[in-house]
Amino acid sequence: MIILKDLHKTYAGERVVHALRGIDLQIPAGKIFGIIGQSGAGKSTLIRCINGLEKPDQGEVIFNGINISQLSPKELRKTRKKIGMIFQHFNLLSSRTVFDNVAFPLEIAGMTKEKIQHKVRELLELVGLGDKEKAYPHQLSGGQKQRVGIARALANEPQLLLCDEATSALDPETTTSILQLLRRINEEMGLTIVLITHEMPVIQEICDDVAVIEDGKIKEYGPVIDVFTKPQASATKRLLGGSIESQIPAELLQQINGQTDKERIFAKLSFVGSSAHEPIISSLLKNYDVTVNILFGKIDQMKSVPFGMLLVEMRGEAQRLNEALLFIREHDVEMEVFMNE
Amino acid sequence: MNSMMVTLLWNATKETLYMVGVSVVIAELLGLPIGVLLVVTDKDQILENTILNKILSFIVNIGRSIPFIILMVAIIPFTRWVVGTSIGTSAAIVPLIVAAIPFVARVVESSLKEVDPGVIEAAEAMGASPWQIIYKVLLPEALPGLVLGFTLTAVNLVGYSAMAGTIGGGGLGDLAIRYGYQRFRGDVMFYTVIILVLMVQLIQMLGDWVAKRVAHK
Repeated sequence: MIILKDLHKTYAGERVVHALRGIDLQIPAGKIFGIIGQSGAGKSTLIRCINGLEKPDQGEVIFNGINISQLSPKELRKTRKKIGMIFQHFNLLSSRTVFDNVAFPLEIAGMTKEKIQHKVRELLELVGLGDKEKAYPHQLSGGQKQRVGIARALANEPQLLLCDEATSALDPETTTSILQLLRRINEEMGLTIVLITHEMPVIQEICDDVAVIEDGKIKEYGPVIDVFTKPQASATKRLLGGSIESQIPAELLQQINGQTDKERIFAKLSFVGSSAHEPIISSLLKNYDVTVNILFGKIDQMKSVPFGMLLVEMRGEAQRLNEALLFIREHDVEMEVFMNE
Repeated sequence: MNSMMVTLLWNATKETLYMVGVSVVIAELLGLPIGVLLVVTDKDQILENTILNKILSFIVNIGRSIPFIILMVAIIPFTRWVVGTSIGTSAAIVPLIVAAIPFVARVVESSLKEVDPGVIEAAEAMGASPWQIIYKVLLPEALPGLVLGFTLTAVNLVGYSAMAGTIGGGGLGDLAIRYGYQRFRGDVMFYTVIILVLMVQLIQMLGDWVAKRVAHK
């Protein structure tokens, strides 16, 4: 749906900023695609290239076969009506009521009054603000403002929704409710969503695919579950830092080190998807006459895929232990056995 | 206070209101587009045009730098061309407007610059044209500031109008000079000052009230 080809963007000024240094990315239709990176990584510039708010110095943005960078101003405005956008600071018109804010893009598109009336009511119901149409933005909470932003972005029935740090100004609870709303829109309307964020949990909660951006380059991308459970790029590992695949505390690792022998092993088990549902530990205990001691663990969920990580100590006869390890490998569980150094 | 003085004060008040009222409305109508142009042609704005912006800004600065009393005399030929005469209340309106236009332009410019750039970006992202952004976003969003700017201009014009006496424009300022100063009539001076103070207070109060009514922040 969206193809980004070798995008470059430099901001001249006292300090020259290379915001994008050759971005290549393909964003498939119907998915929720997250772009994560720290501030200054170039993600804001990247998302603005998609709807032409920023013009890349070099490279192409193809949206549904249309080359965004080559459109005339008039054609660009027409195309933008099919691309909704929501913002970190909502960017609602303070002079307009909730109703009139949502009506704004419809007025721009030249829709008749009666049609606007109907459409706005429908949108406000969808985002759960049916009773707020006469309120002004300053009377709303952050979450409500973002709901108005979403209703406004959906007004012209776009094929694509761009989210620019849409939940970064919200508290965790409100963030969750906004993310749920976005996911519902994605599922019910089949709308493609591209979001940029610096918050890991946002990606984890709703994204299908993720791209990690750093220094204006895409370091890694793919399905969220793959990228987050088996991070390759150092940028990803840094971002993951303390969050999901949390590193095992260094103290614990030191304690383990050197204690492995034939009848005592330590292993890190990573479960993803269906294997997370299987009672592997209890099967081990029942079938292999080994003892399992859980030293550290974490279980989480990515979108609807559960995943977890356990650090276990296993004791038993050497033969039985080997069989147990084999059993674990057969069950689609990623395992890393700690050896004596 | 005898009836003659009441008549004098009343006529002078009417003349001042007439001069200020007409000139503020016309100056606003002519200054507003210039102020808008100053903003939208600025760097990184919706109709960026640095050359036009610099030229406009230069002209506005010239207008702002000429003292009113000099401007009034300097443009007498222009005034005569517009209203057919260079003497009288109507003739005083012309220099008042000319002096107020650059002032209005700058006041409008600063109000419009207060509009959140994010809101303009959102409108652009929705496919709004520059013209739609001006009249659906910039002007409504800046309305409270524009109202206060209008008030500021009116108050300033009350001050300028006092100099209109130089070209026989009449009004309260002229009355204060001719009677209060030149004829040593301290009472006339006192009353005109009272009326001027009340007038300015009223304009400001009205402006503040309207600005508050249109603000939704």
